Order: sequence, then structure tokens, then C-alpha cells
Amino acid sequence: MISGHLPALQVVLPLMAAPLCLLLRHSTATWGLALATTWGSLAIAITLLLQVLSTGPVSYEMGGWAAPWGIEYRVDMVGAFVLVIVAALGSLVMPFARLSVAREVAADRVYLFYTMYLLCLTGLLGMAITGDVFNLFVFLEISSLSSYVLIGFGGDRRALTAAFRYLVMGTIGATFYIIGVGMMYMMTGTLNMADLATLLPAVAGTRTIQAALAFLTVGLSLKLALFPLHLWLPNAYTHAPSAVTAFLAGTATKVAVYALIRIYFTIFGGVDVFETFFIREVLMGLALVAMFAASAVAVFQTNIKRMLAYSSIAQIGYMVLGIGFATVTGLTGGIVHLFNHALMKGVLFMAMGCVFWKLGSVHIRDLAGLGRRMPVTMAAFLVGGLSLIGVPLTVGFISKWMLIQAALEKGWWPIAVLVLISSLLAVIYIWRVVEVAYFRPVAAEPGAESASKIAEAPLSMLLPMWVLAGACLYFGIDATRTLEVAAAAAMLLGTTP
Amino acid sequence: MKSKPVLRVTSKLLIPAIMLFALYVQFHGDFGPGGGFQAGVIFASAFILYALIFDIDTARKVVPAWMMRVGLASGLLLYAGVGVVGLLLGGKYLDYSVLADNPVIGQHLGITLIEFGVGVTVASAMITIFYLFAGQGRQPEDS
Repeated sequence: MISGHLPALQVVLPLMAAPLCLLLRHSTATWGLALATTWGSLAIAITLLLQVLSTGPVSYEMGGWAAPWGIEYRVDMVGAFVLVIVAALGSLVMPFARLSVAREVAADRVYLFYTMYLLCLTGLLGMAITGDVFNLFVFLEISSLSSYVLIGFGGDRRALTAAFRYLVMGTIGATFYIIGVGMMYMMTGTLNMADLATLLPAVAGTRTIQAALAFLTVGLSLKLALFPLHLWLPNAYTHAPSAVTAFLAGTATKVAVYALIRIYFTIFGGVDVFETFFIREVLMGLALVAMFAASAVAVFQTNIKRMLAYSSIAQIGYMVLGIGFATVTGLTGGIVHLFNHALMKGVLFMAMGCVFWKLGSVHIRDLAGLGRRMPVTMAAFLVGGLSLIGVPLTVGFISKWMLIQAALEKGWWPIAVLVLISSLLAVIYIWRVVEVAYFRPVAAEPGAESASKIAEAPLSMLLPMWVLAGACLYFGIDATRTLEVAAAAAMLLGTTP
Repeated sequence: MKSKPVLRVTSKLLIPAIMLFALYVQFHGDFGPGGGFQAGVIFASAFILYALIFDIDTARKVVPAWMMRVGLASGLLLYAGVGVVGLLLGGKYLDYSVLADNPVIGQHLGITLIEFGVGVTVASAMITIFYLFAGQGRQPEDS
């Protein structure tokens, strides 16, 4: 009986656990509840993915109202893949979070942290599962509002400014999105994605729909931090608690990218938006600028979390580049990079969380000699860093390989060259950290512990980090499974092969 | 405000009327304009008026912060719980028709319950927001 209701439970489980956390108030108890909930969500997400793989898309009518009128939850290959990414990151951050949060968040607020964390997870899962554009807006707001609070939990007062700036930018983004939805509703009278897809081609030439497409693109680009709209991201990632950064970096922008894919390939599936509306030129141009500009800025950062945040903006460039190709190969590259980037940024930000747990700082000068003091953490950082560069046998290589293939298929070899060159920028900023951590002696502080003494972060933080690092290597060596799913997802979106 | 008898008396007269009107908007919501959100805001405004006239510390004794926290959580739990009950009774999530033998009565029951949940949560949220802003610069008694 339960298996038929999994799409609803996927969202309802964390949604109901959140108020329970608020009532429990005990730090450890709320953590336990959140842990159980996130792993339950992961189990549901994996079950849904297996169901979709074996029997095709799963549809669920909320409240028993049939599809174009009621809210439909629709899990297809793309959605199921994103659900698994979000739930996997959400559940792997949880064991990591207990000690990290205990150190970075005031003790009387820890229960609020887990409440917000679960609400954020609810919103992100909801965005990935819903088949209704207005419902997507509601979940977008749930995830956004809770992530502003999560960022504000950062110990630093600057976290509040960062959260406020994100709130302003995020609200503008969500407003633009809902304006776009309103315009589509005005022209078609429906909010269901599948229904919109059938009704839109008839009115696609009107200025209203063109304006709607522009609003949707700009609104979601704000949420996914596409290059000139990324200003909220560096501060938000830098000042948020480590667990929040690891979670949001792997999920929040990814789900926004997913929403953008949905808009272009499902809702506007019957319209060739890439050729007629100059979307391709805009997206690919901005993506390429993001890859270079953000990577170049990352090279000069002294705070490693900020450096990684800029690197995230560059990596989002790769995903958007993949969308811009609008071919099966390009889209496969973009979608597989959603997964791969979630893995590597999860590792990197968790490594920084471990460093912060031990040192209370992630400034590059404090990392001197850390390769000897925290060998396990820094090794994981290295794995993540190599993935970011795109070294063979790591996940980053797979994504970049697909993107370069997509470029060559189209005969756009300059783009392939640019992808390779921008990877070299990643080499520079990762190397800076590696050099400081492995080749510099430990800064001699008066009264510090002996330089050679190993002082690692606790196992509960190392283990989830290494699960992700292992996944970075595993899916880098044997990418058949991820590529199969991503390719099936790309095919499903009906792109021209 | 102790020296302002007009304000004190008027607000004492108004507060019950505001609450009653909130309940009307709440429970008449499925027949006329209204519903949980509006009712919650109106209900909260009664307490906010009370806090403005009779001082916030008195208001905190009437509705302490922990009660608001319980309200926030239980409203949402009621909403989501009604959905789960529908699911357990064999319908889809949030399907109210299965809540009673007659689907029409079931729909009424369902919408009334979830709107009540919305009302409780919205009222608690409004009062909590007011407490937080009004309490700035003071030491909270009950954090």
C-alpha cells in the first residue's frame, strides 16, 4: 500500500519531522530524528529511482484531484535522479553535522537548526518531484526561506548580512519566476507542466510568452547563481555553518538548474527556445564567462570556503553550458555534472568543515603543514580537488569528457578548448591549497602542539566525507550507471540527438 | 499606558470582538471569504493589541513563547496529519473524501481541519514575530 504513496511521502516525511524537531527541543534527540528522516528520504528516493528505471514515470494525484486541475507529482528519470542527489547529500551531511553544528551553532538553537534543515530538504525535494509550476514556486520559497535562516546560523555576524543579501536576491529571483508563471497561466490557463507543454506551442510566438520565458530564465538564474547574478553566493557559502555550506552547495543550486532544465525541455519542449529566442547565445556566453571569471577570482581568495564558493559559480557554468548545447550529449554532461559536482563540493566543504572544527579557521595561512597534521582530511580534500580539476579516474573527468564531446559533435571546437583551459585555472587554485598544506612547515605558534602530531577530526565527520570521496573515485572509474541514468534523462527531455 | 483609561477600556471591549471575528472568518471560510490565514492574522492582532496597551511582559504571561512554539508546530502537524489520515484510509494524500462516509461531509471536515491548522500556525507565527521585534533590546524571559 505504501509503495503507491512514495511520491507524497518523499515530501511529507521531512515536512512532518520538522515541527516535531521544534517540539522536541533536545539537541541530540532532534539530531537523531533528523538523521532518521533524511535516511528515510534517501530510501524513498532510491526506491522511486528504481521504480522509474523499471516501469517508467510515476505520477501521483495530490488530494485525489486529476492532473491538469489538481497538483500532480511526477517522478521521471530526471526528477528521480535529482531526488537521489538531494536526499543523498542531505543524509550524508547529517552524521557530519552533529559535531560540526554543536561547535558552530549556539547550543540553545541547535534544535532550530535541524528544524530548518528538514524544511530546506522538504523544499528541495518538493521542487524536484512536483509536476506543477506553481507548486514548484511554493517549494522554492520553502527551501529558500529556510536556507536564509540556515546561513544566518553562522557564528560570524557577517553571516547575517550574507543571509540578508541572499534573501533580497533570492526573493527577486522567486518573484521573477512567479511573474513568468503568471504570464504562462494567462496565456494557457494551466499550471500543470505536461499540460503547459501541449498548450504552449500554439501561443509561443506571443510577446507575453517571450516575456514569460525571459522572467523564468532570469529568476531561476538568480537562484542557481549564473554568472552576473551570483553575487549572493560567495558570502552566503563563506559565512554559513560548514554543514550548511556542504549541504547547500551540493543541492540548492542543483535543484535550480533542474528547474531551469524543466522549463526549457519539458514546458517549452514543443518550442525550439534555443534557436528562436537567443537563449543558447545568452546561456553559453554567460556560462563561459562564469567558468573563467569565477575561476580567476577563486585563484586570489585567501579564505578557502570563499575560494570554493567562487569555484562553485564556475562549475555552475559547466552545467549551464551543457544545457546550452541542447543535444543529448550536452545535456547528459550537464545532468551528470549535477551529480558529480554535488559529490565533489560535498567532499571539499566537509573537509573545510573538519579543518574549521579543528583550527577554527579556514584561512589559507592557517592551513600550513595541515597535510601532516590532518592527513585523512586533506587526502579527501585532494580527491575532491582533483575531481574539480577533472583528472581522469575522478568524476570531474566524466563530466568534462561529455561536455567536450558535445562541443566536438556540434563542431564547436573553440568551446572544447575553453573547457580545457578553464580546467587549468582549477589546477591553480587547488594547487595553492595543496602547496600550503603539504609543502609548508607547520606555523610555529607559541604553545602549539608539536608539529608532527596528528590531530584529526572525529570519525563521525571523517566517515561521511570519505563516503563522498569514495563516490568521487568510484563514479569516476565506473561511470556507466550515472551516465546511463543521465543519458536516459537527457533522451527523455526530447532533445534533438 | 496605565494613565490612558480610554485606550484600556476600548481595547478591552475590542479584543473579544476581534477574537470572535477571527473565529468567524476561520470557520466560515469554506462558505465565504476567509480562511485560516486571514483568521490567524486577525486572531494574532488581538494579542498584539493587548501587548501594545498592557505591555509586552503582561502579554508574555498570557501567551508564553513556549505556547507559541507548540502552536507553530501543531498547526503544521495537524495539516500534514490530516493528509496522512486520508492516506491511511485508502485515499491519496490530502484526499478528504475518505475522511467520512459521505464524500461531501469528508471534504468539509478535511478543509475545516487543515484551515484550522493553518490558522493556529499563522496566529502563532504572527505573535512570535511580534514578540521577537518588540523584545529587541530586552532580555527574553523565556527563550
